[in-house]
Amino acid sequence: MESVTTPTTNSGATAERSAELRKTSLNALHRKLGARMVNFGGWDMPVEYPATGGLLAEHKAVRNSVGVFDVSHMGDIRIRTGRTPGGALAAVQHLSMNDASKLAVGQAQYSALLYPAGTFVDDVIVHRLGEDDFLFVINAGTREKDISWVRENTKEFDCVVEDLSDAYTQLAIQGPRAVDVLRKLTDANLDAIKNYWFTHGTVCGLPERLIARTGYTGEDGFEIYAPSDVVTSEKVWNAVMDAGKEFGIAPCGLGARNTLRLEAKMALYGHEISEKINVWEAGLERYCKMEKRDFIGRAALAKAAAARPERTLVGLEMLERGIARDEYKVFDAAGEEVGVVTSGSPSPTLGKNIALAYAPPALAALNTVLFVEVRTQRVKAQVVATPFYKRVKKSAPQAAGSN
Amino acid sequence: MAYPTNYRYTKEHEWVDAKDGMAKIGITDYAQSELGDVVFVELPAAGKKLETGKSFGTVESVKAVSEIYAPASGEVVEANGELQNKPETINSDPHGAAWLVKIKLANPAELDKLMDSAAYEAYIAAKGKEASA
Repeated sequence: MESVTTPTTNSGATAERSAELRKTSLNALHRKLGARMVNFGGWDMPVEYPATGGLLAEHKAVRNSVGVFDVSHMGDIRIRTGRTPGGALAAVQHLSMNDASKLAVGQAQYSALLYPAGTFVDDVIVHRLGEDDFLFVINAGTREKDISWVRENTKEFDCVVEDLSDAYTQLAIQGPRAVDVLRKLTDANLDAIKNYWFTHGTVCGLPERLIARTGYTGEDGFEIYAPSDVVTSEKVWNAVMDAGKEFGIAPCGLGARNTLRLEAKMALYGHEISEKINVWEAGLERYCKMEKRDFIGRAALAKAAAARPERTLVGLEMLERGIARDEYKVFDAAGEEVGVVTSGSPSPTLGKNIALAYAPPALAALNTVLFVEVRTQRVKAQVVATPFYKRVKKSAPQAAGSN
Repeated sequence: MAYPTNYRYTKEHEWVDAKDGMAKIGITDYAQSELGDVVFVELPAAGKKLETGKSFGTVESVKAVSEIYAPASGEVVEANGELQNKPETINSDPHGAAWLVKIKLANPAELDKLMDSAAYEAYIAAKGKEASA
């Protein structure tokens, strides 16, 4: 037997190289919990926790109750104004494709940093900490690239760029009961925080912590930012686990994070978005504000909008036995190679095998039959509506342990 | 989980239970625990000829695809059809109910080259040490 881990969890993790891998402050704790660790973008991260049920149990915990993820490998860049009022906002508007001027203080938005070609440096969540004070939360694997990009492209603006990536232990508490878990640990009024808003409050006795109603799972949930020293990090993790015990909280790894985000059709850098894919192809136009006068990538995107796109992101459901995996080829009914899978996996929530793939717009209509090459066979699939999974917003919380 | 002493084992984590020129082949407890929740199995039909060291099927978990290599040459007599509907048996009973194929061995002496349970257990213990180093 030889395992080929899908690129989502970055194959090539070897014991020999683990010494060079970067670690979050919770690394020892993950190992103590018996997590299976993988190399994810140069980070030694938990992919699942077999001792507490493993990937499928983690996925279900988040969909039905609550789970917690260590996402401290994510990077954080703060952009503040220097002397001139408006300096930071101007810099952010230049860097980011979404419109940060629309953000209230305490609000966040999904966005991306683009190359002049309109393709992706990275996707980011932009938080407006103050009138002229912003926090970008960026991907782990692109940290260095993003930070240089931001520094390089803000030189003409009166702003201060700070790399705070190592300053925080970031925990994502996700699932319909996340609010009930966090309520036990904070004095902040969580009901007042809408989706994609944040506040500062005391968490586990630590004052002034950033508490954001954000996540990467398609569920309700929060991301909290604690000081990154090991003692504090473990204290916060353990407090979250204790508070979540009555709801059956599961420690969750990158495996469940991937299946959850795929069902919710959230893009993963290096897969659905990259330096070779532009905003229109990725279907992220909702977050790209062309009415902004200027931002990096705008001119190329204006040009691309006038032309017919060659490919578009589609959702696939496998109709025959076989699991589509990242980078598998896609064929049309005539046997012509027409595209490629960017993310493919069994969907634990739907009990089907699903995938995101790039295909020509002419083959993107719902119910179009396509074929995915799974090893030696071409397995039938069809284009389906996305997201594959959409949460039903509940007016009242469900009973604990209802499943 | 105990590794049956009458089985033989490969470095690729397959086991072979041979008797009278016939053999059952499966993957080890170590293999299933490395894979995680198994959700898909693809096996050859009866009559298929297996060649030592060559891939003859796949076992997939949510996040990974694993090729299964033939520990010995021979002809498939039966594939375990139960696994198609219940692939999770590979996690719960890897050395028993989750056998993958039964084959008629081409050359039973081939199995002498494989590890016995003590050697295999030492082999995976060394791997475990490597991983936590």
